[in-house]
Amino acid sequence: MTCVPKSKFHHPQLPVNELGLTYRDYEGSMSTLCAGCGHDSVGAAVVQACFELSLPAHRVAKLSGIGCSSKAPTYFLGKSHGFNSVHGRMPSVATGANLANRELIYLGMSGDGDSASIGLGQFAHVVRRKLNMTYIVANNGAYGLTKGQPSATADRGSLMKGGKEVTDEGIDLVSLALSMGATYVARSFSGDKEELVPLIKGALSHKGFAFIDVMSPCVTFNNHQGSTKSYDYLRDHMESLISADFIPHKSEITVQSEPGEAQDIFMHDGSVMRLRAADESYDPCSRSSAFAAIEAHREKGEVLTGLLYLESGASHLHENLNTVDKALNGLGYKELCPGDEVLKELNESFR
Amino acid sequence: MIKPIQSVNDFVIKFANVNGTGSASANNLFAKAVFNMGVPVSPRNIFPSNIQGLPTWYEVRVNQDGYLGRRGGGVDIVVAMNPQSLADDVAAVLPGGYFIYDSTNPLPESLRRDDIQIIGIPFTELCRQQFSNTKQRMLFKNIAYIGALAALLDIDFEVFTQLLSKQFKGKEHLVTSNTTALELGYVYAKKTFECPIGIRMEKSDAVGDKILVDGNTASGLGCVYGGATVCGWYPITPSTSVVESYSRFCERMRIDPASGKKRFGIVQMEDELAAIGVVIGASWNGARAFTATSGPGVSLMSEFLGLAYFAEIPVVLINVQRGGPSTGMPTRTQQSDLLACAYASHGDTKHVLTFPANPKECFEFSAESFDLAERLQTPLIIMSDLELGMNDWLCDPLEWKDDSQFDRGKVLHEEQLENLKDGERFGRYLDVDDDGICYRTYPGAHPEKGAFFTRGTSRDRHALYTEEGAHYVDNMERLVKKHRTAAKLIPAPIINIDDKRHKMAVVYYGTTDNVMAESLAKLEKQGLKFNSMRLRSYPFSDEVAEFIEGHERLFVVEQNRDGQMRTLLIDELECDPSRLVSVLHYDGMAIPVEAVVGGIINNLSAEQNRKTGEAS
Repeated sequence: MTCVPKSKFHHPQLPVNELGLTYRDYEGSMSTLCAGCGHDSVGAAVVQACFELSLPAHRVAKLSGIGCSSKAPTYFLGKSHGFNSVHGRMPSVATGANLANRELIYLGMSGDGDSASIGLGQFAHVVRRKLNMTYIVANNGAYGLTKGQPSATADRGSLMKGGKEVTDEGIDLVSLALSMGATYVARSFSGDKEELVPLIKGALSHKGFAFIDVMSPCVTFNNHQGSTKSYDYLRDHMESLISADFIPHKSEITVQSEPGEAQDIFMHDGSVMRLRAADESYDPCSRSSAFAAIEAHREKGEVLTGLLYLESGASHLHENLNTVDKALNGLGYKELCPGDEVLKELNESFR
Repeated sequence: MIKPIQSVNDFVIKFANVNGTGSASANNLFAKAVFNMGVPVSPRNIFPSNIQGLPTWYEVRVNQDGYLGRRGGGVDIVVAMNPQSLADDVAAVLPGGYFIYDSTNPLPESLRRDDIQIIGIPFTELCRQQFSNTKQRMLFKNIAYIGALAALLDIDFEVFTQLLSKQFKGKEHLVTSNTTALELGYVYAKKTFECPIGIRMEKSDAVGDKILVDGNTASGLGCVYGGATVCGWYPITPSTSVVESYSRFCERMRIDPASGKKRFGIVQMEDELAAIGVVIGASWNGARAFTATSGPGVSLMSEFLGLAYFAEIPVVLINVQRGGPSTGMPTRTQQSDLLACAYASHGDTKHVLTFPANPKECFEFSAESFDLAERLQTPLIIMSDLELGMNDWLCDPLEWKDDSQFDRGKVLHEEQLENLKDGERFGRYLDVDDDGICYRTYPGAHPEKGAFFTRGTSRDRHALYTEEGAHYVDNMERLVKKHRTAAKLIPAPIINIDDKRHKMAVVYYGTTDNVMAESLAKLEKQGLKFNSMRLRSYPFSDEVAEFIEGHERLFVVEQNRDGQMRTLLIDELECDPSRLVSVLHYDGMAIPVEAVVGGIINNLSAEQNRKTGEAS
């Protein structure tokens, strides 16, 4: 299958954002995923989020590993550079890319096989390294390209296509990200754009490691009775606990939230995440509160969604390394090469 | 009675120590003293994969003529400080040689040899009397034997005191205590034995302006000079000190004076896969990046190397080779990763390799590798080894031309993209200049033009995914063309045509260089003359092919079991295998002169016997 560019034709009165761009300007080429694939909805949510944030698309770098989800970046943000790396190793490539140029926005797109199976190690380490990036896992519990094997996020006791029961424990990426030190942790559903788009906007605006686990059903191999990652199952068992609104820093905050009703968290650029918890006892700035809630819902067979944890103002990799503010890839010969005089002194020290 | 060995500025001395007892700095002091007397010296650490307790040796060759490779065979002097290895250490002394031991405990009668000079000095007892603190007693025992050597070998005591003052500048109490320890051994030896012994030292000017430095230090420094800003790495012996050196020099030379912040980013990753992933991500994004590893790391990096080859991303990888396969001999040396690196990864892949032979080349090749990798947009692997990387070598001073510039290769920046004419379309894999090397863009360069998708899957010239055979073949053929371009840019071989009429030649690379001049001189004494070629890079240039064509018999000398360079030459140049004869040494110690000379002579005499047999 050869890549098909999408038509650029659009209605002349499509709304434009602050950059004068339409939603269509943020699209990529034609998707080759199955019709109805959750991943295309995730891609559409990314397009929507970037459009609404008026991000210059070329300042976003898209990185992925291997798998259906990792193909998805081809289908959004066609003006961004993309890097489809090797299976399970996108986090290290993203780490290098980010080290080279801290001025771009890094969007990692991965899947449950890519991040929880083959890439679990790299996933865990990129989280604890606190790379400044947005990391989305389009999670469907199954391998698509190799036709339906369970991935490491398939729930124990659920049935794969053909009726085989999953006997290994499923990995909960949200809990893992929390325990590894992610500073923005969310879960959502590809079928719930209302919830997902603000979460992506918040993640892209977050300084630090932002993780979104998006339940994104596989219509071909994991959308049947007995699956815990099907559209039907997820619609019945999603429990949106913390809804989040993203309020960009340029907008005037007209309605102040009432204490107890919502919590405003300021991001580094002055924008605000306004969080509403369905349960008053839930504190989205508390890691232990997030763990407790995730576990309580899991025991009830529910999938907790929303912005589960947010730590604003935490340091990220560049700050921890104390690198210069300028992008390292922009430093020139004079800033990098110490020259012959220094070498002469060194020669002396080697005598 | 065998006559004691007599020599001036020409001997091999071996120190036998226990790992982790602080002997390294004392032994290093000895090597530095020889160097400061103007006499060529090559110290070598022979150490186990262990933190504390196992035997470790430090072998120093002192040679006025500058022959600094391993001589092979026994040694002239042993300083035995490890009761565990006494038997082996006595056995290592050449007939007529000298055995210096700690006589606090008597030498077992069974170990006495009457063909060597046995010199007992009670180092432990001397230090017990002099120092009250246990740690000092352990550490200064080492300094005391250096003091004894100063007397026995007639090394100017002043040289040591100067070195100590330099080493402990600002810590005068350490200068004093170390000098006391030196004197302990010195005075005892002077008083007890006839000094000097048959082997002694004289001041010389044979060192000239040369420096003494290890390959890994020079490699790390080369990465600073080459403009590397990003390093992802994972610790592995014997490559670890490359990154430690890069880090140390960066902390001194790469701090932004205004902000105090760093103009570099070093991240210790979770494994070697992640280490090279960092390099690929950073290079893709326009920074100069490198990693250093050893054999097991190369195995782990192979998949990523294939990606970088196929997606055409610069990578600088310093491979400090050790004994393989598997965990092999982590603290021993070999040149056995050649084929694994030349063809690393599945599918049809070929990588550019360079073979430094001394610290100066470690520095230069590392610095230049960033230009080459970016020019060629492909992985470049620098093939060092433990022998070169972790030991100090005498070499010419390092040099840098201040009017140099970095060659960032073919990159279209915002301005060039903006100026693309109507109808001109950027294609990441378009061979515009017909050299197999295409133009790339960095992410974020331009709002509308130049974005593309980097992938390890097959794609067309505009980087669009395709599995059409014609597109795939077109791309693979271009990569072959690029590989040929590489052969013209990488370091040329060092060819020495002693005489055009010679039909025989030696071909070698890397640290085998240390023994080649001495080996050829020895062979010449036996009437055997050779032209020689030191390979410094792969893919092979026309010059390499011509040299091979020009000789009837070529001895390919290397430090692995399977003759990997010979295989590579045969494979790449399609030359007649019967003309290439392997001379191999791979026991984990660096190749000695006797292995080269012996290997060649044995081969020639075997052939002579065969011919004689055929004739009769």
